[in-house]
Amino acid sequence: MSEEAGTRFTTVAREQLPWLYSLARRLVGADAEDAVQECLTRAYRGFSGLRDEQAAPAWFRQILLNCVRERYRKQINRPREEPEDPLPDYSLFRKIADVDPWPYSDSVHLDFLATFDKADVWDVLDRINPKYRVPLVLVHMEGLSTSQVARMFSVAQGTVLSWLHRGRKLFERELWDYATEHNLLKTSKGDRQ
Amino acid sequence: MISCAEAVSHLWGYLADELDGVDHEQVEEHLAVCRRCCGEAEFAGLLRTFMTSATQPKLPADVESRLLGFLDSLEKEVT
Repeated sequence: MSEEAGTRFTTVAREQLPWLYSLARRLVGADAEDAVQECLTRAYRGFSGLRDEQAAPAWFRQILLNCVRERYRKQINRPREEPEDPLPDYSLFRKIADVDPWPYSDSVHLDFLATFDKADVWDVLDRINPKYRVPLVLVHMEGLSTSQVARMFSVAQGTVLSWLHRGRKLFERELWDYATEHNLLKTSKGDRQ
Repeated sequence: MISCAEAVSHLWGYLADELDGVDHEQVEEHLAVCRRCCGEAEFAGLLRTFMTSATQPKLPADVESRLLGFLDSLEKEVT
C-alpha cells in the first residue's frame, strides 16, 4: 500500500471506530477491542478492494461480521461435551407473577422491566454463551434474517431457530438472575431513572 | 390444540414471524382461547422491545485511544 493510501485508510477507518466498536461490543462483549483490531487489520490489507469510500460502513461491517463468524464458528459447531443445562419451559412472565415482587402493583411485569437501566441489557447479554448470544443479537438487534445467520455459520435454518429459542429463554432467565443479584427487585419503580 | 407449554415455547418465534404456517396457526389458535398465554405473548412482545431499545454501547476514551494507536501502527507499516 502506498503512503497516500495508508493515510486515506486511516482517515476512513477513524470515522468508523465508534459504531464499529459499538457493533463489536454488542456481538462479542468483552472481546470487542480485539475484534475491532482484527477487523482493522483485515480492512487495511484489503483496502484496495474498497472502490467507493461511501460504501465504507457496509464494507467494514461485513469484515467485522466475518471476524465474529470465524471467532465463534468452532465454538458453535463443536459437539456438546457435557449436557447443557435444561431450560425446558422457563417463563419469566410466570416467574414474576409467582414471586410477585411488588404485591400492590397492578403492572408487575412492566415494573420489573422498568427497574433495569438500558445499559444493563448488555451486561445481561454478556452472561449468555456466545453460541446463543451472537445469533440473538444478529437477528433481534442487527436485523439479519434467520436464513442469513444460517448461511453465515453454514448450518440449517432450523438450527438457528433452536439457538434463538434457547438464547431467548436464557435471556429471560439471566434477566431474573441479574435483577436478583443486583437487588433490583427491592427497587421501587423509577428509583434508578 | 397445542398445550400452553408448546405455545409459550413458540411465542418469540410467533411474534418474529419465524414459524412455518402450521406452527403459526396453532399458536394463533391457542392464543385465541387461552388468556394466560395472551399475557405471556404480550410480555414476550415487551421483552423484544426492551432488548432492541438498549442504548448503543459507547466507545470508551481509553479504548478509542488504543485503537487510534493501533491504526497509527498499521499506517507506519507502509512508511
